[in-house]
Amino acid sequence: MQLVLFFVLALLAVAGAVGVVLSKNAVYSALALLLNFAVLAVFYIMLNAQFLGVVQVIVYAGAIVVLFLFVIMLIGGQLAPDALTAGSRRPARVVALIAGLVALAGLAYGLVSGALAPQTGQVQGSGSVQAIGRVLFTDYLLPFELASVLLLVAMIGAVVLARKPTKS
Amino acid sequence: MPSDYLPILILIVLATVFAIIAMALPAVLGPSRKTKAKLEPYESGMVPYTDARRRFPVQYYVIAVLFILFDIEVIFLYPWAVMLRQLRLFGLIEMAVFLGILLVGYVFVWKKGALEW
Amino acid sequence: MNWIEVFLIPFIKSLVLILALLTGFAYMTYYERKVLARFHVRYGPNRAGPFGLLQPVADAIKAIFKEEIIPAHVDKWVYLAAPVLALIPALIAFAVIPIGPDLNLFGRQVSLYIADVNIGFLYVLAVASVGTYGVILAGWSSNNNYSLLGALRTAAQMVSYELPLGIILVAVVLTTSLATGEGSLSLVGLVQQERPWWVWLWLWVAFPIFFICMLAETNRSPFDLPETENELVAGFQTEYGGIKFALFFMAEYIHMITASAIMATVFFGGWQGPFVDRWPALGILYFVVKVILVLFLFLWVRASVPRVRYDQLMHFCWKFLFPVSLVYLAITAVLVALL
Repeated sequence: MQLVLFFVLALLAVAGAVGVVLSKNAVYSALALLLNFAVLAVFYIMLNAQFLGVVQVIVYAGAIVVLFLFVIMLIGGQLAPDALTAGSRRPARVVALIAGLVALAGLAYGLVSGALAPQTGQVQGSGSVQAIGRVLFTDYLLPFELASVLLLVAMIGAVVLARKPTKS
Repeated sequence: MPSDYLPILILIVLATVFAIIAMALPAVLGPSRKTKAKLEPYESGMVPYTDARRRFPVQYYVIAVLFILFDIEVIFLYPWAVMLRQLRLFGLIEMAVFLGILLVGYVFVWKKGALEW
Repeated sequence: MNWIEVFLIPFIKSLVLILALLTGFAYMTYYERKVLARFHVRYGPNRAGPFGLLQPVADAIKAIFKEEIIPAHVDKWVYLAAPVLALIPALIAFAVIPIGPDLNLFGRQVSLYIADVNIGFLYVLAVASVGTYGVILAGWSSNNNYSLLGALRTAAQMVSYELPLGIILVAVVLTTSLATGEGSLSLVGLVQQERPWWVWLWLWVAFPIFFICMLAETNRSPFDLPETENELVAGFQTEYGGIKFALFFMAEYIHMITASAIMATVFFGGWQGPFVDRWPALGILYFVVKVILVLFLFLWVRASVPRVRYDQLMHFCWKFLFPVSLVYLAITAVLVALL
C-alpha cells in the first residue's frame, strides 16, 4: 500500500519537476514547482518527518512559490524580460549543464559508495517537533545561531537591492 | 505516525472532488448565450486599452522576501517553544541571541524605509 | 488495522465535516445579513421561507443555474483552477480542530476530529499559507487591471498578517508546556489540558491581536482590501461570476468559520464546559455556541469599523502588530522558562 502510494506520488513529483523546466509560461512553471513541493511534503510525512513535512508546505509552498509568483507578476506576467533573451542565454545554458552534471555525479557517487544508503532502524519519534527541538537547541546550537546571521544577510540584501530611488 | 495523516489525505481528496463537481454543475445546468460583450474584460464600461499584466511596484517583492525570512524565524520558534520548559534560562538566552540578530535586520529594514508604502 | 478504522470512518467523518461546513457557510450568509440588517435597523432577508430561512437555499440554486462565462482574454486553466484552489484550503483547515470529546456511537468509540496530529498548530499555519494561491492565480489569470491589483494586495496582506498570527500561536504552545514540561502542537491535546486561571487571563490579553490578524487573514472588514468595491470593483474576483464567484464566497465564509473555531479552541477552551464529563454530547453544543459568538465579533466589527487604507494596513501589521506580538512572546517565554 505504502509502495503504491510512493510510486504514484513519485510520478507526480517527477511530472512537476519536468513541468517546471518545459513549460513556456513562467506562471505554469511556478505551479508545477508547487506540485513538486507538495509531493515532497507528503514524502517527508511518509518518512515520519512530520515537522519537516509541514515546514516544507509553510516555507516552500506557502512562501517561496508565492515570492516567485510575485516576481513573475512584477516583471509583467509572461512577457520575457529583455535581459533573458537571445545572446545572454548560451553561457547560462553551459553553466547550468555543468552544474547539473556535477550534481548528478555527486548523487551517483553517493549511491554507489553507500553514503546515501537509507538508514535502517527507526528512532522513535525522530521527526517530531519535540525531538527536533531537543537536538537543535543543544547539539546543533551553533548552526541554529548562524541561521539567524544568514537570514539577516538575506534581509539586508533584499532591502538594498530593491530600495527606491532616493528622493531629492 | 504517518498513518495519522491518512484521514487528512482523504479529506483533501473529498474537498477537491466536491470543488470540481461544484465547478462543473453550471456547465451542465446553466444556459449558454454568449455574446462578444459578455466575454470582454470588465473595466467599468470602458473599452480596455492596456494589457493588465504590466509591471508592479517593487514594494510587493520586498514584502514577500521579508515574509519568507521572518516566517523561517517563526518556524524556528516552534521546536524551541516545546522544549523551553526543559532548557530553562539557557533556552531563553539562545533564542534571545537568535532574535537579537534578526532584530538588527528588522530595525535596518525599518530605518531604510522598506516598510513604507 | 482493519479497513473500517483506517478508511471508512475517516471517509464518513470527512464527508460529514464538508457537509457541515457547507451548511454552516449557507447559514453564515444568512446570519450575517440578518445581523447587519439589525445594525442598520432593517429586517434583512425575510421572504423565502419563515424568517427568510430558505434564503441561502434560494441563493445556492441561483448560483448553480447561472450561465458559465469564461471571458475570452483569460488564461483558461488557471482561471478555472483558482476557485478550486481557494476552496480546498478552506475545507481542509478544520481537520485538526476537535469538535467535541470522544463519543460512543453505534457501539464504537468515535473521536470528533479528523486527525490528531502532533503538528496541529503548524498545520493551521500551513493551510493558511496555501490559501493565498486561489487569490493570486485568480488575479493573474483574469488579465484584468482590477483583478491583478486586488490579488497582489490581498496576497501581500495575507502573508504579512500570518507573521503575528504565527508568533501568538508560539506563545500559546509555550503555555502548554507549563503542565507537562514539554509543549505540544496538538489542538486536541490543548483542549483536554487543564490550564490555571492566570494562563487563561494572559492568553486573553493576546486575543485582540490574534483576532485582528484573523480579520486580515480572512479578508474581512475593516481589512477587506481585496474587494474595496469603490476602487477595485471586486478585486481579484472581478471576472468571476455564477458558481465560480460562489466558490470564492464560500471559501471566504468557511475561512471565517474555521478562524472562529480556531479562536474558540485556543482561547476559549473549545468544547470544554460544565457537565461535559457526564454528557459528552454537550461538548458539541458548547463548541458550536462559542464559534457562533466569535463569529458575531466578525459581524460586529464589519458593521462598526470603516475600511482602512492600504498603507495603513501594512504599517499596522509590520510596525505595530509584529513588534507587539514579539514582546508578548518574550514575556510569555520568560514566564514559562523561569516559573
